[in-house]
This record gives sequence, C-alpha cells and structure tokens, in this order.
Amino acid sequence: MAEAADGRAWYEIVRDVLKRHNVSLVTYVPDNVLRPLIEAIHADPFFTAFSCTREEEALGINAGAWMGGVRGILLMQTSGFATLPNVLASLSVPFSIPTLMMVSERGTLGEFNIGQSLVARTMRPVLDALSIENHTMTRLDEVEFTVDRSITQAVATMAPVCFILSPLLTGGKVFAK
Amino acid sequence: MASLANHPANRDQAKVMNRYDITKRMVGLLHQDEAVIGGIGYTNFDLWAASESASGRRQQNFYMLGSMGLAVPIAMGVAIAQPSRKVFALEGDGSVLMQLGSLTTVAARAQKNLCIVIMDNGAYQITGGQQTTTHQGADIVGIARAAGLTQSAWAADEDAFVELIGRSLKEDGPWLIGCRIDNQKPVDTTERDPARIRDNFMRGLGVRG
Repeated sequence: MAEAADGRAWYEIVRDVLKRHNVSLVTYVPDNVLRPLIEAIHADPFFTAFSCTREEEALGINAGAWMGGVRGILLMQTSGFATLPNVLASLSVPFSIPTLMMVSERGTLGEFNIGQSLVARTMRPVLDALSIENHTMTRLDEVEFTVDRSITQAVATMAPVCFILSPLLTGGKVFAK
Repeated sequence: MASLANHPANRDQAKVMNRYDITKRMVGLLHQDEAVIGGIGYTNFDLWAASESASGRRQQNFYMLGSMGLAVPIAMGVAIAQPSRKVFALEGDGSVLMQLGSLTTVAARAQKNLCIVIMDNGAYQITGGQQTTTHQGADIVGIARAAGLTQSAWAADEDAFVELIGRSLKEDGPWLIGCRIDNQKPVDTTERDPARIRDNFMRGLGVRG
C-alpha cells in the first residue's frame, strides 16, 4: 500500500483530517478494507467509535448527534450503502443534515463475490439520483484535499457527502478461495 | 441499577391506554429541556398535538418524516452529543420491530440519559390497522430485556406510566417503557416542514442561537 510523502497511509490521513474538522463520532458496520482506519480511530481517545447493527441505525445516530452539536462519520462497505437510500431520502437530504459517509468499494477491480459486484452498481446511481456529492478516491495524494474540502462543503451547505475508497487506493479485498 | 420490582406487569396485564393522553402526561412531566424524538406515524402526530400549549409549541421535539425505525438511533445520537440532557425516543411497535438491533446498541453503550417509550397497539395503524407481530405475542419489553436493557417495564396503567417517566427523569438509564395503547386516531397532524422542524429542534437544544 502506498504511503504519502510524509509517510502516512490513507487511513492515517483520513484520521488526521477528521480530527482537524472535529469529526469525533465514528459509527460503522465493519469491513476488512476499513479495518486499519477503524483500528487507528479506536486507538485515538479523541474519537467516540463503535459498531452498529445496521448502516441505517448508524446514519440515524450520526444525524441525532449532529443536531446535538457533534459531528460524525459513517464507515461501511458498498453492500451496506445499498441499505441507505430510504433514510438518505427521508432524513439526511430533506432535513439538510450533513451526513458524512465513507464507503470501501467492493464489486470492482478483482471482485470475487457476484453479489458484491451486482450491488456495487447501485451505489453511484443512488448518489446521483439524490444529488449527493460523492468522490471516488484512487490516489494517495488526493485524499487529504478531497476529504478536507468536502467536509468543509458538507457542513457549510448542510448536505451529505460520500467518499468512495477505490481499491486503487486501499488495495481492496484480494480474491480468496 | 434501579429495581423495577414494583412494575411486574406483562404485556397481557398492561392496561390499554390512549396514546394522546399518555403523551400529554409525559410532556407535562418534562422540564422543557429534555429532547424528544417522535418516530413516524401516529406516535409523531400525538407528540405534535400534546406539545402545544398557551405559551407555544415545545421546541425540543424532533419529528421524523420517514426513515421508519430511526427514532431510537436519532435519540441515541442526541444523547451522545449532549450527555447532560435527558433524551426520549417515542416509537411505535411496528417501527421498533424494524430496528430491533438498535436496542442492543443502546444497551451495549449503556446510554444513561436515554429513555425509550414504545406505543404498542399491535398494529400498523396508519396504513389500515394490519397486525404487527406484537399482536401475535412478541413482547417488546421482553425483547428489550434480552437485548440488555434491564430497566425495561410495561406500564401497568396511567399511574405506573407517570411513575416510570418520573424515575427515568431522575435516575440513570437506559430505560424502556412499554405502553399498550388503543386504536384511537391522533388528535392532530404534524406540520411536514423538515427544514423548520430541524432548525427549531437545534435551537431548542442550544446548538443554534
């Protein structure tokens, strides 16, 4: 996995940007690709981090926390995102809640599970149908700028944003027999 | 941990109460600074109706307009963000059945400042009264206890409900109060204006000035 010029991996850059923006609540449904980010966040007492039973639940917790004055982000994999269209359309978007989402992208560039490859194709159409800002991050040197600017924009415009972590950035999940 | 030995009623023994009446009683016990999240459907409508008074409508309420099942998660998020504020989730039986996992999350985090109130009429009333599985015997309080919410009880009647709400205001939770309710229509309909609902709520919580 690539490192930045200063030696940080993608998940260390993400962690540092979240801290800088005071995004202190991290809810997630776990994923192997996200594991180093989840571990880095749990290792840092700045964050309140815990797993949820469903992505919808995690989104609801983050929405409540934001209305209560705390910023949060939801970490999930592609199949988890596919459970969210109803709550994005009935909570985040109409109530103008800056739901921050980070998705580790399955279903492409070497996917071995047909279900993942099919459900992955619903993600960008859903984001586009709801006009939700989204960025696919493929290069380490873009991570800081993309996450930093997009959190600023989400908060300023009170709109959700979705960061898609491409296997080109993370290495993805390798075929396992 | 608080003992609930004086609230032994099971679902079959609990009196069938009126949703508007007990919501009004609950709102009357609040001190104006507690947050209340109203799940979708008639639970939400009667919270809206019960929160109007001569001095205006209670500002610390959030009314969902969809996102069925998320009253407990949203309330938990508010509770995490504002640990010194008591937060109530009002949810119907059909709604909580959709997000039972959230009860385990509340229990796992031992969210002290959270109280969940379930309005159980055994039906999806707003869609025509089709039966939910609580009508077939599923017991939300039993499910909650098994999820780890040990301070869960059925309100045997209105007096028991008032006592349980009073205790949830004074003592650490998380709490879950099960309420059997009738199939009366709600008293009013929530104004469906999400921007206004959210802005009011955030001002009520002191997040916006």
